[in-house]
Amino acid sequence: MSSDTSIEGGTPVLELNGLSKSFGGLHAVRGVTLKIMPGDRKAIIGPNGAGKTTLFNLITGIFPSSSGQVLLFGRDVTTWQSHQRTALGMARTFQITSLFPKLTVLDNVLLAIQGLRPSKFVMWRFMSSYRDVYDKAHQLLEQAAFLDRKDTEVRYLSHGEQRQLEIVLGLASDPKVLLLDEPAAGLSSGESVEMAHFLMRLDPKLAILLIEHDMDVVFDVAREISVLHFGEVLETGTPDQIKKSQKVQEIYLGTG
Amino acid sequence: MHSESLKILLVVGALAAIAVVVPNTNSFLILLATRALAFAILVMSVDILLGYTGLPSLGQAAYLGVGAYMTAILATKYQFGLGYDFWLVVVFGILGGAALAAVFGLLAIRASGVYFLMITLALGQCVWGLAYRWNSLTGGDNGINLRERPKFGLDLSNEVTFFYVVFACFAVSLLLMYTLVRSPFGRSLAGIRERELRMKILGYNTWLHKYIAFIIAGAFGGLSGVLWAHTAGIVSPENVVLTTSVDALLMAVLGGAGTLIGGVIGSFIVFGLREYLSTIVPWWQYVLGIVYILTILYLPTGLMGIPERIRQRRASAQRRNDAKKLAPAAS
Repeated sequence: MSSDTSIEGGTPVLELNGLSKSFGGLHAVRGVTLKIMPGDRKAIIGPNGAGKTTLFNLITGIFPSSSGQVLLFGRDVTTWQSHQRTALGMARTFQITSLFPKLTVLDNVLLAIQGLRPSKFVMWRFMSSYRDVYDKAHQLLEQAAFLDRKDTEVRYLSHGEQRQLEIVLGLASDPKVLLLDEPAAGLSSGESVEMAHFLMRLDPKLAILLIEHDMDVVFDVAREISVLHFGEVLETGTPDQIKKSQKVQEIYLGTG
Repeated sequence: MHSESLKILLVVGALAAIAVVVPNTNSFLILLATRALAFAILVMSVDILLGYTGLPSLGQAAYLGVGAYMTAILATKYQFGLGYDFWLVVVFGILGGAALAAVFGLLAIRASGVYFLMITLALGQCVWGLAYRWNSLTGGDNGINLRERPKFGLDLSNEVTFFYVVFACFAVSLLLMYTLVRSPFGRSLAGIRERELRMKILGYNTWLHKYIAFIIAGAFGGLSGVLWAHTAGIVSPENVVLTTSVDALLMAVLGGAGTLIGGVIGSFIVFGLREYLSTIVPWWQYVLGIVYILTILYLPTGLMGIPERIRQRRASAQRRNDAKKLAPAAS
């Protein structure tokens, strides 16, 4: 697993080896092993409390893992802090909307773009003098059809709009792998469809790992699905295989 | 953009008015304004932490103390800083404040919210303890009297000249801090205030950003202290006691946290009220206390927040009207 060999071809963008996390006696995530190649579209499904968000928090370094490894682009980042992992080309969104509520839409996006630029430490020049950052922000907002609301404070946006902005913020740093934590959470069925279409339009080279409860979104977006149950990967397969799986039926519908 | 430049114009106009009007009043008012301006630098440094970064510092007087004691000790023990070397003392004060903040920050920045408040309070009290107990250096409870102000071409013992020097330092500080809060770094502080976890995920080392902000605030605190020492003519533990930190914090809140200029207004109001009320009634501190309480209860965004509140009230009235029009159509 040498890190120098071609990043595009053979090296997975994200690899988990036996990743585990326990909180006291609770084993939230148990020995999860997963490999995501460039351009992959994977989903993780599972009932509430299966450890999906905890898994994301381990991958992004919000919690330290109890054991196991996280590799990003072939580099062992298990002990790295969140911002260092982001710098390698990873981004994520949150299940519970985590925007900057009292800042405008534009300011939210500007912060997201600036996150990986050295100019984030500049304190003797106005933010507004960075034309390139503003141009990029305009471009992102235009793509997401947010340009008309760029000066609105985020707390005044609707829930659906905030969910979309979550993803815009995730994309702002030009990540190579994007972790989406229930992008359709709390959306109406119409909005969910819109969200699925939005996700399908994203750059095909971008690898996506998705947590989602809305099965329509999952089946639209993901080409491979892993089922997480009590912190363990129970089954992995194509959407069709998962639909037919006996085990999956059992955990979702009960064994009866 | 337009309203922003209007605000800048208002501030510049108000400051120009102060610069013109104050020197033509009596010496009581000149000294009062000088005090308020010197202290306002400290209040703005609190605002960088409280209003922009979301860190309520309750120990900011420590940095004022470092600057003030440094100035007083150098002047009385070494006759240093009474000529052109006054500007060296200004630099030392800034560096001293920054250095102390760099040490204290290592302890304080790991905490947030009320825990940050407690740690900065405790650290501030350590400085107070030193000032109070280290008799040979600080003069203990009596403090240190500065017998003269610096002379270098300008004679700072002239109250008008000194007022202008303090005014200039204040204006430069305001300009620097204003640039800071509008810079990418300053915006990152606002992001940390709003949602630190998201900032981490966006690639910001939030600890480092807060630490740098803390040091910068300390540096301005040090500058404020140097000016304060020569303004008051005496430096004593009273300058570093908890009350001074609380004053700075409350002035920032009274004027409006996260506005910089709010802290300046707060400083002028409190200094003004204190001086006038204390000559009128013996229970003036209660008045001040009530002003603080009313602000926190009814004006959490401070005096600077009043126009925004009016605007919002109008907007929500507008929305209610719109809703009324839409309601029959929807049902």
